[in-house]
Amino acid sequence: MRSLYQIGLPLAFAFATLTAGCASKPVMQDGVLVNDPYEAQNRSVHNFNKSVDRNVIAPVGNLLRSGGGGEQRSDRIGARDAVINVGSNLSLPGKVVNSVLQGRPEPAIKNLFRFAVNSTIGIAGIFDPAGEGFGLPEQDTDFGETLAVWGIPEGTYVELPLIGPSTQRDAAGRVVDIFIDPLNHVLNRDERMIALGLRIGSKAGERARFGDTVDSILQDSADSYAQTRLIYLMHRRHELGETRAEIDPYADADADAGSDVGADEGVIDPYEE
Amino acid sequence: MRNDRRGFLTLLGGAAALTLLPAGRAAALDSDQAHALIDTALGEVYQVINAGQPPEQMYEQFEDIFVRYADVDVIARSALGPAARQTDASVLAAYTQAFQGYIGRKYGKRFREFIGSRIEVTGARPLKSFFAVTSVAYLNGRAPMEVEWHVSNRSGQDRFFNIIIEGVNMLASERAEVTALLARNQGDVTALAAELQQAG
Repeated sequence: MRSLYQIGLPLAFAFATLTAGCASKPVMQDGVLVNDPYEAQNRSVHNFNKSVDRNVIAPVGNLLRSGGGGEQRSDRIGARDAVINVGSNLSLPGKVVNSVLQGRPEPAIKNLFRFAVNSTIGIAGIFDPAGEGFGLPEQDTDFGETLAVWGIPEGTYVELPLIGPSTQRDAAGRVVDIFIDPLNHVLNRDERMIALGLRIGSKAGERARFGDTVDSILQDSADSYAQTRLIYLMHRRHELGETRAEIDPYADADADAGSDVGADEGVIDPYEE
Repeated sequence: MRNDRRGFLTLLGGAAALTLLPAGRAAALDSDQAHALIDTALGEVYQVINAGQPPEQMYEQFEDIFVRYADVDVIARSALGPAARQTDASVLAAYTQAFQGYIGRKYGKRFREFIGSRIEVTGARPLKSFFAVTSVAYLNGRAPMEVEWHVSNRSGQDRFFNIIIEGVNMLASERAEVTALLARNQGDVTALAAELQQAG
């Protein structure tokens, strides 16, 4: 396997960056703890991603939207939804592995059954009988979550080229996910390329499906970098079940100081500002 | 629509009467009332969504609902951050007015994706000095989303002041947005208000 090389390098890189970030000090910003010592580099990657999104991904997404049956609300499944379904079906074996690594048998079993049902009755994952008929929606997880379960700290915020917002922990997780995915060990090289293509297509389809929301964050925000970072961190921490600081604006009002009051546990209390 | 409003007013009246009983504390909010507030507000939102009017009219109606159920003053002030304290009342009022229109348009656009969906209020619990109302949004072709509402009576009325969708906090997000806009306008709140009037 010549891919050992390809494994080793990114892994080494991922863990190097993972440990490198521990030195910096996170700050409380807009009610959220932000650890972003590489902000300058991240911002230039962000500008690159933004222009790729505007010039390549959004136009393709719009094509998919108009051609893929985005507007028809019938039982007929559009081409776009078929691609999304097939791609996300292919991601299930990797999720099963991660749930097992996290010591969570329940989502592992659910995803395993989901994969079995949708790959067969669902015709290679085009349809979703598992979700619609068997009450088995996808249990989302990845190696970034596995690392979190194992107690690895989040690290710094990073924006990855083409992939978008991430943290050092999640970036390392993405690399590892490629190698622990059982499909990559079962399929031959051509099949792997097809699977990869389908999964990228699936992501593009989702981008088209949620196009308006993505546009509003990326193209309409006053500072789309800060907004993307904020939304990613809040959403990701919620997914991982990490406690957030609630904002109590009423408490902030009482304190009447420029500092981060009301940010003690991450609750925003506007009354305390 | 009128019926619903009446129902809501009756409910509020009943709630006010009830809260007068224990310890004489005026307008003490409890989980049930917080729950009812969000239920009623959502009912109005869905009436607008399902009425199928032109976008501009919808945005105005969302703004109207926002003004009646949310504590707009404290949300706008919190979004502005520390600068709110150095801003005089008339400028702050103009900014707040612009802010509520901006919210009506910005979130009104998002609500259009909610056509054919439903949101179920699932519970309410005390949190710090306020209440958290939990709900689940069921959207077409999407996994159910957790939506949490923060409700307080610190303004003198029962109002919500924050919405948290799958962990994404509206107050935090708007604070980042308004702060960035303010910086772009060199800290001038009047200029910020003018820009907000076009935004969203």
